[in-house]
Amino acid sequence: MCLAIPMKVISTKGNTAIVDLDGVRRQIDISLVSKVKIGDYVIVHAGFAIQKLKKKDAEETIALLKEVNSEIHR
Amino acid sequence: MKYIDSFRDTNAIRGLVSKIHSVAGKIGKEIVLMEVCGTHTMAIARAGLRQLLPENVKLISGPGCPVCVSPNSFIDKAIAISELKNTIVTTFGDMYRVPSGNGSLEKQHSKGARIEIVYSPFDAIEIARRKPENNVVFIGVGFETTAPVIASVIKYAKQEKIKNFLVLAGNKIIPPAMEILVSDVHHHLDGFICPGHVSVIIGSKPYEIFPEKYNIPCVISGFEACDILQSILYLLEMIAGMEKISVKIQYTRCVDPEGNIKAKKIMNEVFSVCDSEWRGIGLIKSSGLAIKDEYKQYDAEYMLDVSVNISHDRSGCICGDVLKGIKSPVDCIFFKKVCTPENPVGPCMVSSEGTCAAYYAYEK
Repeated sequence: MCLAIPMKVISTKGNTAIVDLDGVRRQIDISLVSKVKIGDYVIVHAGFAIQKLKKKDAEETIALLKEVNSEIHR
Repeated sequence: MKYIDSFRDTNAIRGLVSKIHSVAGKIGKEIVLMEVCGTHTMAIARAGLRQLLPENVKLISGPGCPVCVSPNSFIDKAIAISELKNTIVTTFGDMYRVPSGNGSLEKQHSKGARIEIVYSPFDAIEIARRKPENNVVFIGVGFETTAPVIASVIKYAKQEKIKNFLVLAGNKIIPPAMEILVSDVHHHLDGFICPGHVSVIIGSKPYEIFPEKYNIPCVISGFEACDILQSILYLLEMIAGMEKISVKIQYTRCVDPEGNIKAKKIMNEVFSVCDSEWRGIGLIKSSGLAIKDEYKQYDAEYMLDVSVNISHDRSGCICGDVLKGIKSPVDCIFFKKVCTPENPVGPCMVSSEGTCAAYYAYEK
C-alpha cells in the first residue's frame, strides 16, 4: 500500500501540479514538498508528492552498481 | 531521465548475486532477513530474488501490509459505519475486500451500502462537496507514508469548513511493531530491510534502536531488483563484520536521514501517537495515530454513534503468524486450496501486497 511512483512535473499552480508518467497525466498536491519545479521528478503516493527524486543520488547508486559488475568480471 | 533500466540491469544483478554468495559463504551460518513493506514483499517475489540467494540466506516477510495488519475490530467498525443512514464510505481499493467475521466492505456494497473506492483521500473530499446531504467517511489506513496525506486532507477540510467529511483513523507506525518482533525471544532475526517509502517520511533515525539496542543492522531499500540485492549485500557485510552494524540508506535517491520534515510536521499537527491493535501481534504501545482534539469534528469514531459487534478470525487461517514472519503462506491449510485471490479467507491473500498474494502469484 506504500506504493509510490516517480512522475515528471509538467506544470505547477499553487499547491497543485500536473504530473506525467508515460503519457498518463494527473493533478497532484505538492504541499508536502518544497520548491517543486517544472521538469522535477516527484515520488507520488495517493495523490500527493511525498519527495523529490534526487538525480545526483540516483546516478551515484547506478555508478556503484556498475562498479560491482566490473569487479566481478575483472 | 531513464533510470529504471539501470536498477533492473541483469549484469548488475549477476554482480550483486555473486558478491552476496561470497559474503554469505564467509558467514557460514543461517541468516534471516526480514522485509517490513508489502511493496518489497511483492518486488522480491516478482523478481524471483529468493531463488538467486545462497541457501543460508533466508528472506521472510513481516507486518508490512497496512491493510493486512488492521484488526477485525477496525474492519467491523467500517462495516458498522456503512450501515448508517445518509452515509457514504470511501476507501482505498486494498481495504475493500478485506474480510472480518462480519463480512467486508465489498459484501456491504453488494447488500446496498454506499461504498466508493478512491485513489486519494482528496477524492473523498470531492464526494463530500458534491453530496452535502451525506456524511462521507474515509477509511484511514496506512503507515507513515500515507499518514501525512490523510493529515493534509483533514487540515484542508477544516480550512475549507467542510462539515460532512470524516475519517475512521487506523494509521499505524512501523518501528514499534519491528521492535516487538526483535524483542520476542522465539523470533530470530539478523537484519531488517527497512521500508523505502515509510522512510521517505520518517528518515533513518527511528531505526537506530535496532543496531544500538539489539545489534541488528538495518538497510533502507529501494524497490527495484538491484536496490533490494544491494540492500541484502549491505546487511550481509555488516553481519560478517566487514562494516559497522548500523542503519544504512540504500534508497538515497528518495530518502534523507531526517525524512520529510514538512510531512512529519503536518502529521504531528493532526495526529497524536496512541496504542494500537495489530492483527496477529495484539496491542502495541505507541504504534498508532489518533486524531487530535483540535480536529475531533473529523474523527468518525468520536462523531458517529455506531454499535460494533467485534468478530473473530476464521479458525485455521494463519495470517497472524504469517504477519509475524513465524509461518510462511505454504504452511497454511487453506493456501491455494480454499484461499485464493478470487476467494480470499484472510487479509494477506486479499491485499495486492499481502504475503499470501505474493506467494500465490510468484513463488513456487
